[in-house]
Amino acid sequence: MSVTMPPAGPEVTPDAAPTRKKTRAGQAKENLTSPWATAAAIIIAMLWTIPTVALFMTALIPGDRYRVDAWWTVAADGGLTFSNFSYVLFNSFGDNSTAPPLLGNVINSIVVTVPSVVFPLVFGLMAAYAIAWIPFKGSNFLFVSIFALQVVPLQLALIPLLKILGPNNLNIAGQFPGVWIAHTIFAMPLAVFLLHNFVSQIPSDILEAARVDGASHTQTFFRIIIPLSLPAVASLAIFQFLWVWNDLLVSSVFGGRSTFPLTYPISNLAGQYGQWAYLVPPAAFISMIIPLIVFFSLQRYFVRGLLAGSTKG
Amino acid sequence: MMSTEVPLSLIRGLPMAGLDGEFWSTQGSNVLLALVAIVVFLVVVALVMYGADMVRGVVRDKVQLVVLISPVLFLLAVGLIYPALSTVWLSFNDVVKVPDPVTGIYTTVTQFVGLDNYQFAFTDPTTLRSVINTMVWMVLVPALSTGIGLAYAVFIDRAKGERVLKSLVFMPMAISFVGASVIWGSIMYDYNQVGTQTGMLNAALTQFGFPAVNFLTEQPWNTVFLILILVWIQTGFAMVIISAAIKGVPIEMNEAASLDGANAWQRFWSITVPSIRATLVVVLTTITIASLKVYDIVRTLTQGRDGTDIVANKMYVLSFVEGREPLGASLAVILFIFVIPIVIYNVRSLNKVKETR
Repeated sequence: MSVTMPPAGPEVTPDAAPTRKKTRAGQAKENLTSPWATAAAIIIAMLWTIPTVALFMTALIPGDRYRVDAWWTVAADGGLTFSNFSYVLFNSFGDNSTAPPLLGNVINSIVVTVPSVVFPLVFGLMAAYAIAWIPFKGSNFLFVSIFALQVVPLQLALIPLLKILGPNNLNIAGQFPGVWIAHTIFAMPLAVFLLHNFVSQIPSDILEAARVDGASHTQTFFRIIIPLSLPAVASLAIFQFLWVWNDLLVSSVFGGRSTFPLTYPISNLAGQYGQWAYLVPPAAFISMIIPLIVFFSLQRYFVRGLLAGSTKG
Repeated sequence: MMSTEVPLSLIRGLPMAGLDGEFWSTQGSNVLLALVAIVVFLVVVALVMYGADMVRGVVRDKVQLVVLISPVLFLLAVGLIYPALSTVWLSFNDVVKVPDPVTGIYTTVTQFVGLDNYQFAFTDPTTLRSVINTMVWMVLVPALSTGIGLAYAVFIDRAKGERVLKSLVFMPMAISFVGASVIWGSIMYDYNQVGTQTGMLNAALTQFGFPAVNFLTEQPWNTVFLILILVWIQTGFAMVIISAAIKGVPIEMNEAASLDGANAWQRFWSITVPSIRATLVVVLTTITIASLKVYDIVRTLTQGRDGTDIVANKMYVLSFVEGREPLGASLAVILFIFVIPIVIYNVRSLNKVKETR
């Protein structure tokens, strides 16, 4: 990574008298954490977690009591039920009882996401290696352009790209390949940038040694670049997974009825406050389960990727 | 967990009513399609690279370079650069139906209209409102997220259980904008005209004797309440990056200042903030860009009603719902104009970093 966490704390400073330093640091620390700061930190931590817990509780309210009684009232009299989850997943989700169930959208989300993670990773790593280690004319300009493209709002490309993928040209808009291609294109700048940051940090001795041994670029790519950049690939994969899974815009524009992921029907129904509104919280919670599992189990890689992507160069 | 009422789900159709054989065959073939696509993709890439390795002689390096880099170049050129230029061009045009002089049949023609679409964007009241609202988002989201993230990072620095405390605030990063909108719209901001308030904030307000607030319709504050949802998501990002930077500030500096009699507040402003200035700028610009593009929150909760519209949502509605693409294109260009200063700044600092290497 372009950024490594600097060693923190006095424990690792090789200076003399570490114990005395420690107490002084501890004293400085005490001054920083006044009771007010602690209180503020606790309030922030609560404001950032309670809403998600409340969503789960609200998802358990039976339909006839939704927006009549608050979740803590229903919880107090034992009226909470898990039946909303099975109803939403297997029976129907929408503004009428014949709407298709959410399970189809769960599967759509997976079908949209997995290829949309694999394609940009492979292409991105190939380009990152070429830009970082193969000297060619304009490689620096190319890298700066890709870096600049990162911040271009994807709205700028939507209308013409939809025409390219649409019925008069490739005719894959509204189908899975159209969504995959759109996601792959929009992921390219960040993928190349992040992976380039990592690949360019690989010690040049290793690559030169391979070169001296007569390895071609392809062989170097397969034997050195891929194995060594797996941590960066993992970071980017988590990023891209969360981005695609949580996306609404790209799927709305390039997808169709048969490809819509979880976010689409949830967003639609959340805007209507009718008698089916009680199905929205359980559906929203279902949509969060997989990303939250991925997030909590792979948080370390995710943070590493964030730190690499957000620091210049 | 027993409900005394008959669950609604029993009244509304048999369980699994929506899942018939056709459902499973469609879903099965979709999953298969994804698997086949991935395998074919990997095999084709591997074969092409293997083929490039078969080439002998001086051209081998060149062929391999082309193979490595052309997929990205092609995708960027066809998928981003050409569409972006085409959108800019479209924003200066209008698509009109005119009768053919001979046959009288109406055909669609693209007509150059100069800045008319931009004039519309800045004179049409609802569109102008969305432009102004977007500017408010651009200012408030980065300022609040970075401010709260910085405060929290300082408060919990080296505290007991720092990792867990970080995870709690970081967690909304994993939640979709749609999910966060549901969390805040249906659970925190919920407002009932009659009866008990079931939304958590309104329940708290009425508990303390204040009148309940309809958070999503009360202008102009409803925009701020929508903004807070994005702040809730982005604060974790700001906090994690800033926290890593704070750990890089040498502790000796704080100790020395402490011995000189500086209090925590003075040390924060004269040591911590100046030392992590570069990081703060990166965090601010990243969140600014993100807050421009996010349309999911407005789309999910208000669809732009009650003066909450933003450019990203208006652009979607104009282009893909109402079919007024040239107007939508002009809004996309306006979004791009908002980020141009940031692009220039970023490229400059990237070049600076490269020079110092």
